[in-house]
Amino acid sequence: MIEKDTIYNSLAVIVGKDFVSNRQEELYIYSRDPGAQRPRKVDYVVMPKTAEEVQKIVLLANEEKVPITPMGGGFTLSALTVPIRGGIVLDMKRMDRIVEINEKSKYAIVEAGVSQGMLKSYLERNHPHLQHSMPEAPPTVTIVGNALIFGHGHLTPMHGVSSSMINGMEVVLPTGEICKIGSCSISPYWFSRGPLPDLAGLFIGWFGTTGIITRISLQLFPKPKLRDVLVFQTNDPDSLPDVVFEVFQTEMAENFFIIAQDKPDWMCGHIYTVILVTGNSESEFDFKKKKLVGMFDERVKFLEETPSTFKRRFLDVPPFAATAADFAKGGGFEYVGAILPIEKIPEAWRRGWEIARRYSVVFSLGHQALDCGHSIMFGLNYSFNRADEGDAERVRNAIDESDKMILELGGVLWKAELPGQKLMMKKIEPNTRELMNRVRKMLDPNGIMNPGNWSD
Amino acid sequence: MAFEDYQNIIHRCFRCGYCRFTSDCSYLGFNCPVYDKYHFETYSPGGMMWLIYASLVKKEIKWTEHMSKILYSCTMCRNCSEQCRFKFSQDIIDILKAAREETVDAQTAPPMVGRFLTNVYMYSNPYREMRGKRGDWAEDIKIPRYQKGDEFLYYVGCVGSYDTTSKKAARALGKVLLKSGLSFGILGEKENCDGNEVDMLGEKSLFEFLRENNIQMFKELGVKKIVTLSPHSYNAMKNNYSDEFEVFHYTQLLWNLIECGKLNVFENFKAKVTYHDPCFLGRYNNEYDSPRQILRAIPGIELIEMERNRENAFCCGGGGGNFYTDILGSGKDSPSRVRVREAYDTGATVLAVACPICMMMLEDAVKAEGLEEKLAIKDISEIVEESL
Repeated sequence: MIEKDTIYNSLAVIVGKDFVSNRQEELYIYSRDPGAQRPRKVDYVVMPKTAEEVQKIVLLANEEKVPITPMGGGFTLSALTVPIRGGIVLDMKRMDRIVEINEKSKYAIVEAGVSQGMLKSYLERNHPHLQHSMPEAPPTVTIVGNALIFGHGHLTPMHGVSSSMINGMEVVLPTGEICKIGSCSISPYWFSRGPLPDLAGLFIGWFGTTGIITRISLQLFPKPKLRDVLVFQTNDPDSLPDVVFEVFQTEMAENFFIIAQDKPDWMCGHIYTVILVTGNSESEFDFKKKKLVGMFDERVKFLEETPSTFKRRFLDVPPFAATAADFAKGGGFEYVGAILPIEKIPEAWRRGWEIARRYSVVFSLGHQALDCGHSIMFGLNYSFNRADEGDAERVRNAIDESDKMILELGGVLWKAELPGQKLMMKKIEPNTRELMNRVRKMLDPNGIMNPGNWSD
Repeated sequence: MAFEDYQNIIHRCFRCGYCRFTSDCSYLGFNCPVYDKYHFETYSPGGMMWLIYASLVKKEIKWTEHMSKILYSCTMCRNCSEQCRFKFSQDIIDILKAAREETVDAQTAPPMVGRFLTNVYMYSNPYREMRGKRGDWAEDIKIPRYQKGDEFLYYVGCVGSYDTTSKKAARALGKVLLKSGLSFGILGEKENCDGNEVDMLGEKSLFEFLRENNIQMFKELGVKKIVTLSPHSYNAMKNNYSDEFEVFHYTQLLWNLIECGKLNVFENFKAKVTYHDPCFLGRYNNEYDSPRQILRAIPGIELIEMERNRENAFCCGGGGGNFYTDILGSGKDSPSRVRVREAYDTGATVLAVACPICMMMLEDAVKAEGLEEKLAIKDISEIVEESL
């Protein structure tokens, strides 16, 4: 700790000395994430407790011209919460209050540090007939972090991505004002983003470059009494667009995945379609299952006996997805989450398989259909050994090639790592790029908010 | 195993964070006492693993005083091993221990750790108390010294022998054993430190020294069965000493005596009681039932469980030498105070413990919380004594 550091001292005055650090240990941990991106410099880590503390930190950062990078769970795996130009990492996890659950209008107001697990447990205990859409990620990841990056949850195939479930937000602007967005700006109720100009769009998908969200209202959904997993197997990737289309024509799938991976051995060479089906009565449940089981031709085979791996993985909410991190026995995992039109699945599947083979990485694809089958999140997963820099480099190259392949296919990269963002910014319509720059300049005149993201 | 034996495992932690919670999928709070207190990622089990890897394996960062503090703030409560979903889950504590061994060897452990170890080496207890006073707690109740032919050696341990609060448990158990009619004895001034915390603090050689001396003395005395007051002693002796000794934690012995009708408990003790599982009895040795059976057998007791119980119990913060080194520190977010509040919220008027370290930690926490009149900390030995 450098006691003479005036920024450190000012931060300590704001949050208390127990919640600020410029020691090498905290700087080391916050300068990297479990993905394959290279570490980047961090100067301070701060843990505010209130929006007012966040506001004071932002004002200080403006005064000192120090960058701020907000962080929720820190688990994007693409290093989005690792600063690009140093400065302050704002770890939001002390802002961990579930402020309100509105049963009738079905929303939860949560602070930025509330984890997915925390809201899940809280709802199970106090509002067991309600649920929120929970991502295929560890329970430590935050509600706000997920919602701000177009994150997906187990209800996304049926109800849309998490960003579309935001009813409103409280944001500390880069210039320090605390601002409310949505119905909460004119009402005590946080029930809707409209009908008002949709200012939430100024903060969703911007990777913390336009403000710091301190709380949001998130939509909740009914929790069905019955839930089961149906698994289908095919060896024909060309069948997949039809499968997605047909399944979503029924409007019966709560969740929908396509999985293909080399490990364990019995999965190698096959493509599995996983459908989560729900119901509130046995008859409704059975009807849906029968309908879904009987809908495919001979190319797609229903597995009468659901592999226990799938039951374990998909019936749990959140599903335990971190297993893939140990495929290479090295604790490293990153994926290219590409958002693709449905018809591009077969080509992406073949080219993804080729990339994995070319870079000698364990092949693993996992895709979740989004928004009632309007698109698919096509995950090209890469496990690597953290202890082997060569392995990490190989994965970075595989990611780069995957990024390019996805953009060629007309897809968009989801929560892209820095090189992926640059590829998109090169390809993006010039007037769109200029609009993005203007919006940022207007909101953040000193350029303190997570600078370096979304730049060309 | 030595630190280098873990070098192919240590980097495999993904920092997914399951290790911070409980196994019943309740994610409302954190069950890692260190992370719960500090909230910085560095203090999570995964953060520690990454820092150990960066510092001791890759040499990317220097070993600092702060790094030592982080490593030694861990109470070794084993919650992380219990909750980790990966195949190396059972190695986590051993990795932390092995890293501490490296620290001790390099003489970079925190000063309080050094003091603890030096005191144990010189005085056979961490408090610098004279060996001659080790049996003072038993003087007026006439607990016999162990003699060849006695069925049980009653091993008290450092905390039960010297700490003012914990001595009450040592005495209560002594009285209960006397009433039971068992043939037993204590070692008094001959008793040595069991070495459990020495092992947890990473002083392998000193632990080996204590272990071998104890084994030799027990053999010379003809000891076959040992009953320990402390789960920490129980852990060291049951898992690291010799198969020649049958080791019991006292709650196992007492439950056996009660079950066989050799010890009768009555309605003398009336209270709503909640029980705190000690890490070294529960998570380390899978003994969750005997203490509860005893409490249920006492007619005046209504046993209420805290939300975090058995393998999900929240550590009192005293393990891994922290009861002495105090590296985890005090304050309202200290584990013992968090635990006491949790116990109080059950509506219980007694928080039962089965470990002298937990007893000491929680007793202090009750005072800090201002709950002395509302929540009593009692060792199960005291409760049984009052029920006879």
